[in-house]
Amino acid sequence: MIEIKDLSKAFGEKCIFDGVSVDIKEGELFSVIGPSGIGKSTFIKCLIRLLKPDSGSILVDGQDIAVTNNEFTLAKVRRSFGYLFQEGALFDSLTVMENVAFGLKYLTDVPKADYPRIVKEKLALVGLKDVEQLKPSELSVGMKKRVSLARSIAAEPKYMLYDEPTTGLDPVTTGMVKELITDMRDKLGITSVVVTHDLSLALEISSRVAMLYDGKFAEVAEPAKFRQSENPAVKEFMEISHLSRK
Amino acid sequence: MKHYITEHIGHEFIGLTEALGASALMLKSVVFWFFRSRFELSETIKQCVKIGVDSVTVTVLTSFFTGMVLALQMGHSMRNLFSEPMYIGTMVAFTMLKELGPVLTSVVVAGRAGAVVTAEIGTMRVTEQIDALYTLGTNPTRHLLVPRYIAFMIMLPLLTVLADFLGVAGGCLVGVVKLDISPAVYFDDILTYLDIADFMHGFLKTFFFAFMIATVSCYKGMSTKGGAEGVGKSTTEAVVASMVLVMVLDYFISALLVAVGI
Repeated sequence: MIEIKDLSKAFGEKCIFDGVSVDIKEGELFSVIGPSGIGKSTFIKCLIRLLKPDSGSILVDGQDIAVTNNEFTLAKVRRSFGYLFQEGALFDSLTVMENVAFGLKYLTDVPKADYPRIVKEKLALVGLKDVEQLKPSELSVGMKKRVSLARSIAAEPKYMLYDEPTTGLDPVTTGMVKELITDMRDKLGITSVVVTHDLSLALEISSRVAMLYDGKFAEVAEPAKFRQSENPAVKEFMEISHLSRK
Repeated sequence: MKHYITEHIGHEFIGLTEALGASALMLKSVVFWFFRSRFELSETIKQCVKIGVDSVTVTVLTSFFTGMVLALQMGHSMRNLFSEPMYIGTMVAFTMLKELGPVLTSVVVAGRAGAVVTAEIGTMRVTEQIDALYTLGTNPTRHLLVPRYIAFMIMLPLLTVLADFLGVAGGCLVGVVKLDISPAVYFDDILTYLDIADFMHGFLKTFFFAFMIATVSCYKGMSTKGGAEGVGKSTTEAVVASMVLVMVLDYFISALLVAVGI
């Protein structure tokens, strides 16, 4: 379980969020939506301490990672997370095989001989085959994202963080990624946090949806209730996204 | 106008102190991970090839021709002064071993390998690959910086020895072909007037240069912001800063080594 209490973050004078609190329960698929540049990626990066919050606490299975500077504590907590980056963040100098196996080397005790089998399995899971020897520069945007997803799930994390998982993807790949995210929760029981500006995606796959607006969560609700929200920011975002309130 | 100038100086000063502070923290992290982590052998070898082996050609060319031009200039000057080219071997070897070997090699490595390191780490920074390292159970300092520091510290001194040798060989070639000095006289000059301390003077300096180039290149890479433009800016700044610092450090370390009798 991830418990976030009074979390605040600012870059210089600019406040990104101030006093945000929410509990993300085991097995939940929690989405954070909001317009681009509102601080969604900052929020998700704070959850895994790629960015240090200014104040507040982030309890991951009871361990507060918000303020600690202990590298070993952070590394231990990060082991339970997988992270899908917005642009994939594949290592340019490594092949697809080496990229997907990277986490296995540092996060697990899996024997090296098993890497090729596991990599093939994970790539098949995201709908890719015979790409093991390619470099990231030889892949399309969608393929990069899928390889990145395979890399994130290779070490079988307890929590998955998705940063704009469908941005830049064609409709077919978007559908596949949607299915993968829900499969991670339904079949593997992975607790997931998705940040996206795609409201229809969030409403379709999430257990709960939160809207980040003006440094706060303007609304946190189940999709059906979220649609009915009377919050002006939510209503405006629904209208801009051309979504029905029913 | 006056206000603008003082504000500009203030900004520059704050920027410099922030950079020094951040570099010190980076160094602390490098030392920590150097002693606390498993040695990344394959990554270190890869970096030794990138930083050292790939710099061999340019080092060979610059040092050999530097030795040649030194012999040529000194030969003609000596001939004008004393009617014969005296002490050419001594002067070429003295200059190469104590100054030009280490300094030229450091400038070459800063310009070639330093730029590669900054551009590579900078690109990883702006494309979130550095963040990805954290999420995949390793630390960027351990995985990226420590191997590069080790590679610089091993390869720059080795390249300097090669440059020393080739510079002296280049001087010998010009001595024989253009100045009519026999190789025996040329090398006898060197062995008579130079000793191991002269070699050590230049050789020891390269460790300081290597450490400085590694620090500047890695720091500039890690602090890159702003996409492709930012990578270009960081790379240029790293190369310029490294080259200037080689010259500045050269004076102070030479003075220190002279003071301690090396």
